[in-house]
Amino acid sequence: MTALLRHVAPAERISSTSFSEASARTRVELLLDPGSFVEFIGPEKREISPHLRIFDLPEQFDDGIVVGHGRLDGSPVFIAAQEGRFMGGAFGEVHGAKLTGLLRAARQIRSTPVLVLFDTGGVRLQEANAGELAIAEIMRALMEARTAGVKVIGLIGGRSGCYGGGGLIAGCCSALAVSEPGRIAVSGPEVIETNRGVEEFDSRDRALVWRTMGGKHRRLLGAADVFTDDTMQDFREAALDLLGLVGTFGLDKLKAEQMRLGDRLRRFGACEDAVDIWTADGIAHAETVPELSADQFIALANRIGRTSRDAR
Amino acid sequence: MEDLSFQHRVRGRAGGSRQNALVGVVASGNLEVLVERTLPDAECRLEIKTAAVGFGEVWTAVIGDFVERYSPGGLRFSINDGGARPDTVSLRLAQAVRLIEEDGQ
Repeated sequence: MTALLRHVAPAERISSTSFSEASARTRVELLLDPGSFVEFIGPEKREISPHLRIFDLPEQFDDGIVVGHGRLDGSPVFIAAQEGRFMGGAFGEVHGAKLTGLLRAARQIRSTPVLVLFDTGGVRLQEANAGELAIAEIMRALMEARTAGVKVIGLIGGRSGCYGGGGLIAGCCSALAVSEPGRIAVSGPEVIETNRGVEEFDSRDRALVWRTMGGKHRRLLGAADVFTDDTMQDFREAALDLLGLVGTFGLDKLKAEQMRLGDRLRRFGACEDAVDIWTADGIAHAETVPELSADQFIALANRIGRTSRDAR
Repeated sequence: MEDLSFQHRVRGRAGGSRQNALVGVVASGNLEVLVERTLPDAECRLEIKTAAVGFGEVWTAVIGDFVERYSPGGLRFSINDGGARPDTVSLRLAQAVRLIEEDGQ
């Protein structure tokens, strides 16, 4: 498609390309200023997983993640994008190390923000220990980068959502933008059903999955700061918005976040379903929220207001 | 997994000045093709790692047709295949050649 699309004007491509359907490389190309992306450890370096061959599984030359630097509206940014179609975007040893390295570089340079385009089911089971270690290393590197003054923005709208360790890392970011197809959670629907039973969570009930883990609910709960439509243009604008909004990070902010979460639990802890939460939050006809178009939902979310800037 | 390797003599050098290009992803029914301009002008090499074992004859036919049609001289193709159908393989190979024939680094 790349070859056929090169004759289409860039402005037309960015507004007509769906984030959820684009590959990681297309997302990076269209999110950043045209021609500005420079990749670190590109596919020609062949830094592949040392584990997959043992399991007789196919490898990918970039191990499912693209990392590098470029420009967003003229300003330098670091960027990482997971390829959700390769092994569900899961974290393995090399995949994780590339993100850790990018965050450590950002910590050292201090002034350059990081965009992380999540699209992941969590840790790659075939390299579970290395993958779990990678999650811990990434979380540490991310918090150290934020402590050094780096803004780390998560963008979530891929078909694999943002699950498992990816959900934990997203929770560490300075701010998140999410679209309707993006889902954010730690345990996925099947995991919850397997461990707690179908009465706790029916993973085949797609409407339940989306209203519990989907982008709209995460925005209303304050887990995501911005809800955006699914085009690359919308995500680019959301990233710019969030870079402008994020304030300084320190102990006060963590304490404020702890208070915000405690308050949320007090207000909604007894609710059985997301619709109960939306109703308790004062949304009229809350049961219609899943049917709202992106524009209608954004108008509603703006009335409810953003998460307090003191927290996160 | 099965490893396959093909070497062809070709009529002439592929156009353009890019040094490498990548198309596709490794997923069920899909493949990635990394193409690099690293060989002498009259040579073309393809190295394939495929999850679908036992399809050597089909690969031989698809690649013979591709080399004849595009004359990809000087190019080394490295393929990670998640069990793509022959038409998808042909499409990705054509995309890879089109991309590396663009100007640029």
